[in-house]
Amino acid sequence: MIGKATVIRTVVLLGAVGALEIACRTGAIAPTMVIAPSAMVKALVAAMQSDDFGGHVQQTLSAVAIAMSLAIVGGFAIGALLHWIPFLRRAFNPFLAAYYAIPHFAFYPLLIVIFGLGPAPLIVLATLFAMVAMIVATMAGLDRVPRVLLKTARIHRLSLLQEIWRIRLPAAAPHILSGLKLAVAYSFIGVIAGEFILSTSGIGHEIAYAYDNFDNPRMYALILFVLAIVTTFNMLVWTWERRLARRRGMA
Amino acid sequence: MATRLAAVPAGATRKIHARLEGVTRIYPPRAGHGEVHALGPLSIDLRAGEFLSVVGPSGCGKSTLLDVLAGLAVPSAGTVEFEGKPVRGEVPDGVGVVFQEDASFPWLSVEDNVAFGLRRAGMDAAETRRRVDFAVGFMGLKDFRGAYPSQLSGGMRQRVCIARTLVLQPRLILLDEPFGALDQQTRLLMGDELLRLWRETGATVLLITHALDEANLLSDRIGVMSARPGRFLDIVETGWPRERDSRLAERPDFGAVTARLWSYLRGESLRAMGQGTVAP
Repeated sequence: MIGKATVIRTVVLLGAVGALEIACRTGAIAPTMVIAPSAMVKALVAAMQSDDFGGHVQQTLSAVAIAMSLAIVGGFAIGALLHWIPFLRRAFNPFLAAYYAIPHFAFYPLLIVIFGLGPAPLIVLATLFAMVAMIVATMAGLDRVPRVLLKTARIHRLSLLQEIWRIRLPAAAPHILSGLKLAVAYSFIGVIAGEFILSTSGIGHEIAYAYDNFDNPRMYALILFVLAIVTTFNMLVWTWERRLARRRGMA
Repeated sequence: MATRLAAVPAGATRKIHARLEGVTRIYPPRAGHGEVHALGPLSIDLRAGEFLSVVGPSGCGKSTLLDVLAGLAVPSAGTVEFEGKPVRGEVPDGVGVVFQEDASFPWLSVEDNVAFGLRRAGMDAAETRRRVDFAVGFMGLKDFRGAYPSQLSGGMRQRVCIARTLVLQPRLILLDEPFGALDQQTRLLMGDELLRLWRETGATVLLITHALDEANLLSDRIGVMSARPGRFLDIVETGWPRERDSRLAERPDFGAVTARLWSYLRGESLRAMGQGTVAP
C-alpha cells in the first residue's frame, strides 16, 4: 500500500523535475544557466561511456570509503575512550564543542603540503570532518545508558565485557547509529568538496573542470551522478536503520 | 511490637533468611553538601518466606536499605547476611531485584528479556524454554511474547521485569517501589499478582514503598522508617492470612493498620520536609 506521504513526496518531486524540464525547453531558463533534466540524463549516459569516467568514480568512492571507515571506527573508539576517562573528556570537551565552527576546507592546502597531491590529503580532510560527529554521538549514546540497566547488569552478575556487549552497546545503539549516518554524509561532503578545491582527478574535480570550461551538460550530468550515488547510499543506511528499529518494535 | 499472630506456620517464620545488623550508610562530602548520613544504624531480620514491607518518608534511605541488602551498595558500617553468608559489594545468588524505573531491555523481545538471565547463566535451551514459558504465562504475557517493550504499557513492562527475575527462581525478592510509576488501578491488580507470586514461589519478599495502603495490604510485617538518617521506628505485624488479595481492604480492621502507620509517619514526613528533602 502506498501511503499519503509517499504520494505527496512523489508528486512534489516529479512536479519540480517536470517544471524544470518545461522551463528549460521553452527557453524560460537559458541553457547557459541550467539544462533540462532530460539533457542531464543524456549527458550523463554519454559521460559514463567515456574512458576516464570509471577512474574518477573509483577514485572518489574509494577515498570516501576509506575516510568513512576511519571516521566510524576511530570516532567510536575515541568516543568510548572519552566516555570512560572523565578527565580526558573534561580536557577535550571544549575542542569538540567548537569543532564544527572550524572551516576545515581552509586547511586543505596545508594538508596537501604535508601529504602531497594524492588521495591522502582528501582522505585526511574527510576523516577529520566526519570523525567528530561519530565521537560526539558515541559519547552521547554511552552517557545516556539508563542507570537502572547498569544495576540490572550487576544483578545478573555480568562481567565487564558482557555488560558492555549486552547492555551498554545495545542501549547506546540508536545514538551511535545517528552518528554513523552523519559520518557517512560528512565523508561524501569532505571528499567531493575537497576535490572541487584542489585535485587533479575525482568526480569533484571533474565537476569543477567542466564548470571552468563552460561545459554545462557535463557539469550537470556529474552533479546528477553525485546526487544519485549519495541518495542510494543514504537509502541503504536508512533501510538498515529501519530494520534495526523494527527489531525493537519501533517502526 | 508484635501486635498480632502471623498466619504463617511458626517454624517458617522463625528461620532467619537475611539479616542486617548495625547497618549505616554515609555518603562522603561532595561539592554542594557535606557528609550525608543516609541510613541507620539499623538492624532487622528477614524471616524465611515472609512478606516484609518498608515504608518511610521521602529521602529516608529506603532505597539505600534495599541496595545494601542486595549487595549493590556497601554499608559504611555493620554487616549484611543472606542465608548465613556475608553480602558485600556483590549480588548473591538467589536474590532477585525489581526497580521502580523501567529496566526492560528495549532491544529485546519480551521472551528474550525474560530469558536474559538464564542465557547469561548458561542454562540449557530446554530448561530455559520451560522456565520462560512458565514465567511468561504466570505474568500474563503469553500474547506478548514476541512484542518489544516500546509496544507495551508501563504496567506490562514491569511485568516483563518481574518475569525476568522470576525465571531465576530467587529465594529473596527485593522490590524497590516497583509500582511507583503505575496508576492506582494497575497498582492494585499488580499487588494481587505479587501476592500470588509470593504464595506460589515461597520466596521471601522485601517491598520498598511509599504507599501505606499497599504496604498494609501486601505484608506480613511492615517496617516503619524515620526521617533521615533512616531507622526503624517500629515493625508492625499485620497478621493477615496468607491467602489474601486486594479485597482485604474491605475488612473493618484494615483501616486501623494504615492509621497506625500514618500516626508514625505524619511526624516523620513533616520532619523530612523540614530537612529540605521534599520541596516545601
